[in-house]
Amino acid sequence: MSVSTGLEKKPGSTATSRTSGMPQQSSIRVRAGLSRTAKYVLLVLFLIIVLMPVYVLIVTSLKPPQDVNPATSWGLPVRWPWEPAFEGGPTGFDNWALAWNALSASIGRTFLLAIPAALIASFLGAMNGFVLARWRFPYADVVFTFILFGMFIPYQAIMTPLVQMKTSLGLPSDVSTLLVVHVIYGLPICTLIFRNYYAGIPHELMEAARMDGSGMLRTFRSIVLPLSLPGFVVTIIWQFTSAWNDFLFALFLSNQNEGPVSLALNNLAQGAQLANYGAAMAGALLASLPTLIVYIVLGKYFIGGLMSGSVKS
Amino acid sequence: MRKPLSMIAGAVALGLVLAGCSSTPSSDPDNADQVEVFTWWASGSEKVGLDALVGVFNEQNPDIEFINASVAGGAGSNAKAALASRLESNDPPDTFQAHAGAELTDYINAGQLQDLSSFYQDNGLTDVFPESLIERITVDGAIYSVPSNIHRANVVWANTQVLEDAGIDPMAAPADIDAWLVDLKKLKDAGVETPLALGTEWTQMQLFENVLIADLGAEGYSGLWTGDTSWDDAGVETAIGHYGELLEYTNSDFAGLDWDAATQIVLDGNAAYNVMGDWAESAFQQAGWTYDNEYTTWATPGTDGVFDFLADSFTLSVGAPHEAAAIDWLTTISSAEGQKAFNLAKGSIPARTDTVAADYPAYQQTAITSFGEDTVVSSLAHGAAASIAWSGDISSAIGKFGADRDAASLLSGLVAAADKAQG
Amino acid sequence: MKKGYKNWGPPLLLIAPTIVVLGIFVYGLIGANISVSLSNRNSLVPATEFVGLDNYFALFAEERFIHSLQNLGVFTVFFIGGTMIFGFLWAWMLDKGVTAEGVFRSVFLFPMAISFVASGVVWRWLLNSAEGDRASGLNRVFENLGLDFLQNSWWNEPGWGMAAIALPAIWQLAGYVMALFLSGFRGIPEELREAARMDGATEWKLYRYVIFPQLSPVALSALIIVGHMSLKVFDLIMAITKSIYQTEVPATYLWVALTSNDYAKSATIATILLLFVAVVIVPYLIYTARAEKRQG
Repeated sequence: MSVSTGLEKKPGSTATSRTSGMPQQSSIRVRAGLSRTAKYVLLVLFLIIVLMPVYVLIVTSLKPPQDVNPATSWGLPVRWPWEPAFEGGPTGFDNWALAWNALSASIGRTFLLAIPAALIASFLGAMNGFVLARWRFPYADVVFTFILFGMFIPYQAIMTPLVQMKTSLGLPSDVSTLLVVHVIYGLPICTLIFRNYYAGIPHELMEAARMDGSGMLRTFRSIVLPLSLPGFVVTIIWQFTSAWNDFLFALFLSNQNEGPVSLALNNLAQGAQLANYGAAMAGALLASLPTLIVYIVLGKYFIGGLMSGSVKS
Repeated sequence: MRKPLSMIAGAVALGLVLAGCSSTPSSDPDNADQVEVFTWWASGSEKVGLDALVGVFNEQNPDIEFINASVAGGAGSNAKAALASRLESNDPPDTFQAHAGAELTDYINAGQLQDLSSFYQDNGLTDVFPESLIERITVDGAIYSVPSNIHRANVVWANTQVLEDAGIDPMAAPADIDAWLVDLKKLKDAGVETPLALGTEWTQMQLFENVLIADLGAEGYSGLWTGDTSWDDAGVETAIGHYGELLEYTNSDFAGLDWDAATQIVLDGNAAYNVMGDWAESAFQQAGWTYDNEYTTWATPGTDGVFDFLADSFTLSVGAPHEAAAIDWLTTISSAEGQKAFNLAKGSIPARTDTVAADYPAYQQTAITSFGEDTVVSSLAHGAAASIAWSGDISSAIGKFGADRDAASLLSGLVAAADKAQG
Repeated sequence: MKKGYKNWGPPLLLIAPTIVVLGIFVYGLIGANISVSLSNRNSLVPATEFVGLDNYFALFAEERFIHSLQNLGVFTVFFIGGTMIFGFLWAWMLDKGVTAEGVFRSVFLFPMAISFVASGVVWRWLLNSAEGDRASGLNRVFENLGLDFLQNSWWNEPGWGMAAIALPAIWQLAGYVMALFLSGFRGIPEELREAARMDGATEWKLYRYVIFPQLSPVALSALIIVGHMSLKVFDLIMAITKSIYQTEVPATYLWVALTSNDYAKSATIATILLLFVAVVIVPYLIYTARAEKRQG
């Protein structure tokens, strides 16, 4: 078994793995210690703890600056978000307007960065993974390890020479350069995920294609790609999120006016003087919305992808 | 698969629409009518100040396109990292913001800045900038930057109500640190838990430099940076002792507070004093307080007659793609009009002595007077006194002291830092 | 399958671009970094000579660097411990069949979608170390609940403060570890459990001899993924405390060195970080490659 992302597909395992959410008769008898109620209480407690920061983000973002103080920091807003704290003063919604003005253009650029970065890296990763899972060319393990190591390096270690390279190639300080960089440094993880995934596809399928005389590329295109959706969901989510959330590459390789949302948010949240917490929190929510939506919409496929196979031991 | 695909297409379209909302110019070396200005003024009053400055610049130079290359965050540390990597790869902005003084040393030694002495001559700046300031920013006969604004770092901001409640006259500044400690004790005895508000590492460094100035005097303090005063001088030891005593009166959570959170403690009446640069004025203004009424300021005890200065300034890069336009930018910055527009917005004071003090609010008027009369020394916490690496070492030693209060270790740390920096 | 296709040309051709690109952008740049760490490029002035390992010796002689390693150690222990414990606990509870499992899963997983820059905005506030009247964030919750004794100065605490910085990190990644464990649980064939129960194994023995061994590869993977993230922790600390002595770890010290234009020092710290990561990762990669080979 290799580094597991939980996505390994094991033939036949789906048949035996249980459908989620279905209580089992056999476990009722053994669940002596932990009563059902206690478990739910615990789970709901954890749920509340995990959601706590989100609660803070939302309520603070809806309060005008005058209402943000330690004593009432956990309370709900004391007035509607369209009502100012004093005549003519800013309202809770003004935080959102401020955040939107500061972030909207950069959010657009980040879409143009993160979507292609996710698609391209996933596709290349699928090809690499397919090759590494299927062909035992000499030193294939060495090659795989060589590729994989790239995902573990601290990126600060390569940042200064990378900037020099960018400048000497005359690349622009905008999201197009970041796109290339995210594809490159996304290759190891995408390759890993697909290699593990393809290792679980029955040999017979591919053997049959070979007997037909299909070439490697055709096998890949006609047999493998259609089976790869769960793998793509995982790599796309992963890549999209990491490109969207990246700050380090953005800081070094792009600028405020042409860079992604993380720079703009940092600007809003850590601006030098008298931070407006409401606007910063509204901005944090705005900047997180796309990745949150991806997790909410595709989340079940993500966990489904992780669970679609067992982990080989 | 259809659903995800259409979602992706929708998201890309959305991206195009949003990104299209603003098209921002980028620097083009072949276009002479541009100037790329690198700053960390990306939000708050600093951004307002920069915008005001750009307004003046556009008026004076309507044909030149201003390219804002600002990088926010971390009190300029993000900007410095990004700038270092641009300089490293010979891709300098035309002009960049830097603290005036010793912080420029690295750039100067690496030959990345142009000498602006003749610019000073041509624009008569040597006459309108105070002589002591010119002295502080001259390195081996050359001047490498143009200050846009002056701040003062040895100011105590006091809550008059809290002081009066404890029976202390808020308008009378204690003569020295020892006298101040007596007042602090009085406040604590009167039930003010944390009479002196303090914040994160650089604000600690700022407090420490204030104590150094008080205990060593202006000349002794300035000597620390030139090698004329030794770091194992008895005065430094006294200062460490004083600083340690002052920390006993501060809020215990200081390491986690930004300067504005520390100032807020004074505004909330939970502390009587905060030693802070004069950008704190904006916090008091915003709270609607009036000078000499709800709050007052004086020079940190023991530093009366000394102006602990820091300044933002602009440079001219070697190899600037738009050198002529960059000089136009520097001209705007140094002009009376540019300095007034910027400093009124940012809450600082102009470097020029031909300033009409009456144009400025109450606090700034006191600063303008002091700047004209006092002995000017360079601030450590803001890059004027020591090179970046040196002040980084000092900052870390002070941060450590904040946690362990080990005076001997702070002293040896300071001596070691000085030895390393002065070779 | 043993022989594969007729020749190795096409597969090698397919992955050659990746190998070349990573060769340049990972290994080439690492090489460049190491060469800087062996030079006297301690300022913006270009390097003039090769100084061997001097920068390394100087760094390990620094109290400051040792302190940053200690901080990293505390952080890593709590981060790994926290994610593993909560990840396992959640997966274990959800595995046994829970109504609305999907809701719990999604909520536990969602923090992973948020950037450190964004979560830093709120955690900076939650972990505010003011107490009593000025308390906000978590201390305010304790204050309001009458749990005053729980109020503490969080990361501001000398010594164990880094454990507080691990809280947001655990918040973000425990859900991912949960997803991994859940997939591990779901992958254990029901026959195995049944067979063990037939043999009269107690619940504890079932876990000890059947379930834990089956989960150990997942646990190892989770450990490696979380562990290497821990060694690289940077954004989070910058977002919550900025770079100050008390919460300094090698990655933030590297940042300070870089912003002070001390390229040699930052390259040296980067190389040391890389070595740490390699010490963890390389044996693991070799071990798994061998295990795979044995399996054929």
